Amino acid sequence: MSDYPDPRVPMDPALLRGLTQRRLSRRDALKYAGVGAGSLGLAAFLSACGVKGTQSKASPTPSTFDFTKIYGNGTPAGTLNFANWEDYIDVNSKGNSPSLALFTKQTGIKVNYKTVINDNDPFLAKIIPVLQAGQDTGYDLIVITNGGSIERLIRLGYLTPLDHKSLPDWDANADPKVKNPNYDPGNKYTAVWQSGFTGIGYNSKVIKTPPTSFKDLLNPAYKGKVGMFGNNQDLPCPALNSMGFDIDKSTPDQWRQAAAAVTQAKDAGIIRSFYDQSYINALENGDTVITQAWSGDVFIASASKDFGGDGFPEMKFVFPQEGPIYWHDNMAIPLHAQHPVDAITYMNFVYKPDIAGMMADFIWYVTPVPAAKDYVLNTLKDPTVANSPLIFPTAEDLASAKQYKVFKSTQEEDDWNGVWQPVYNS
Amino acid sequence: MAAGLQQLGKPKTRLGKRLAPYLLVMPGGLWLLVFFLIPIFFMLSVSLQTGNLEEGFTMTWHFHRYVEVFQQYRPQFVRSFAFGTIATAITLVVAYPLAYWIAFHGGRHKTTFLFLLLLPFFVSFVIRTLAWQFILSDDGILFGTLKSWHILPQSFHVLATRTAVISGIAYNFLPFMALPLYVSLERIDRRVVEAASDLYANKKDVFLRVIFPLSIPGVFPAVGDYVNASILGGTNTTMIGNIIQLEFLQNFHYPVAAALSFILMGVLLIGIFIYARVLGARSIEEYV
Repeated sequence: MSDYPDPRVPMDPALLRGLTQRRLSRRDALKYAGVGAGSLGLAAFLSACGVKGTQSKASPTPSTFDFTKIYGNGTPAGTLNFANWEDYIDVNSKGNSPSLALFTKQTGIKVNYKTVINDNDPFLAKIIPVLQAGQDTGYDLIVITNGGSIERLIRLGYLTPLDHKSLPDWDANADPKVKNPNYDPGNKYTAVWQSGFTGIGYNSKVIKTPPTSFKDLLNPAYKGKVGMFGNNQDLPCPALNSMGFDIDKSTPDQWRQAAAAVTQAKDAGIIRSFYDQSYINALENGDTVITQAWSGDVFIASASKDFGGDGFPEMKFVFPQEGPIYWHDNMAIPLHAQHPVDAITYMNFVYKPDIAGMMADFIWYVTPVPAAKDYVLNTLKDPTVANSPLIFPTAEDLASAKQYKVFKSTQEEDDWNGVWQPVYNS
Repeated sequence: MAAGLQQLGKPKTRLGKRLAPYLLVMPGGLWLLVFFLIPIFFMLSVSLQTGNLEEGFTMTWHFHRYVEVFQQYRPQFVRSFAFGTIATAITLVVAYPLAYWIAFHGGRHKTTFLFLLLLPFFVSFVIRTLAWQFILSDDGILFGTLKSWHILPQSFHVLATRTAVISGIAYNFLPFMALPLYVSLERIDRRVVEAASDLYANKKDVFLRVIFPLSIPGVFPAVGDYVNASILGGTNTTMIGNIIQLEFLQNFHYPVAAALSFILMGVLLIGIFIYARVLGARSIEEYV
């Protein structure tokens, strides 16, 4: 790690992402202008503005699928347009990624690496109209989280099916825990980029007894100093889980029961705010002393500045006893991508243990390649990362981990949102 | 020869003269048509459609949606207007003396003062708001210090409260209030002020009965803002802008988001219209 001076300047990552975001709206403007020009009269115009559905365009099932239609004879085009999140790949002191450089050296494929994804929903809102118009998004590979967003792309039929013949390293090295996930059975469309845990972060200077459960966040003793997540997975799933409900099989009655418990704490002033990625700043600034948290962020916050962290050793992460939530950011190839062979070649490349190790040693979330631990420990000689249960989780933590809720339909998602959004968006 | 040329030239000039206003207004008009009217009609259309992203949206003339979404999000509407009104009042109180001083006592440095007023605008709105989040944090440079001196109790906090959101809006919209105020104060004919003094009005009367009525410009309540609520707010501070963003970006309920935007726009337009009629600035001639 010491080879790589930290590019994480003490600046809000969300801010950095915002600064580097690109806009994709010109196409929409042209599309809408075209609609306008073609219509006569206001009523006709209003009716003509319908947004087309996509169900007829759903991708065929990969089992009966002729992959040569997409991947041809498997010759890469030599270019890969890769859309990823900020701080989500290894970077050296010059700001370049050694693993990407190695990929280019080995395969001759040039990678245009763009950190344009700032949040799942706004990114989807940008690419969906483009995909709806049957056009290429400009990206061959995107990284999208499960728990609604990746499922939406799958449901809409906007992802290119993966030809597993091109993924031997995935087959050999991927953690069984990330294979055949509930949101993409058989990995038809996705392969995990990195994973992480939603658990509890706390300031050990203030809180002497470590919390053990999501229920500790509802403790009146921490009134006004509790942070929770304001999204429709990281808040509801731990709440349901802490009440002993099976997240995937839970009923609307159970949703309402769990939502009522959180609402009660909100109304009592225990919960300070429902945060996005800024929750970690709130914890570091002392605005909160206990908060829902993502494993990697707390590792970064607690690591010393020399090591590339934020230098708050008092920040601790706990896996709740009822089990943490294990979420996944997934690589996928959007429909109409220009360079699918290059994309799938890269997808396989990151499942080589040494490459996964190079990245894990920098990203500090959970790598999908357990064999990377040896590389980090023995080749990179970084025991701090290799022995951290936040980066290479223990078997017990993985066994107790739960997954995000998978929505069976848009209707179910709307119902779920109808229960939870009034809790965190009031 | 010269006379002939003049005769030929005359009708041309007339045609040009008649077309000139239209030609002058064309670029702006086209701009409004393409970038304002067409998107507005598209949004109006979307607000009356039903469906979802998978099955597509079809026009069903679902006018009742406007009632539904208003009822569903009434608390956020009410809160937005309350926050906007309070923030406008604060901005007015702060901006008026500022603009008055620059306009009447700024002297030859007027431009410098106006530049200073605009200076924060060279930094992005979001970054400035994030800076406040940092400054106002519970144990941050401001409150942390005051707490360690025991000037403030340990439980004191500003972030994640309504006060933070309203102050954030007032701060961010100050120049929008100060600049129009400056323009209308600057524009007041000094002879009118002198005339008032000549007619034995004291300083207070000159201000209250002459300067003030001539200077109140249109106010722009920041009702639709969502940045301050999401960065500085906590629980129960969500504004209607946040809801529109949520419905559009997260839920993909395009019709709901469009209907909410229309309601917001409609209420604001009515408000601005009434304001302009009742309180709006009038020139001295209109008082005569």
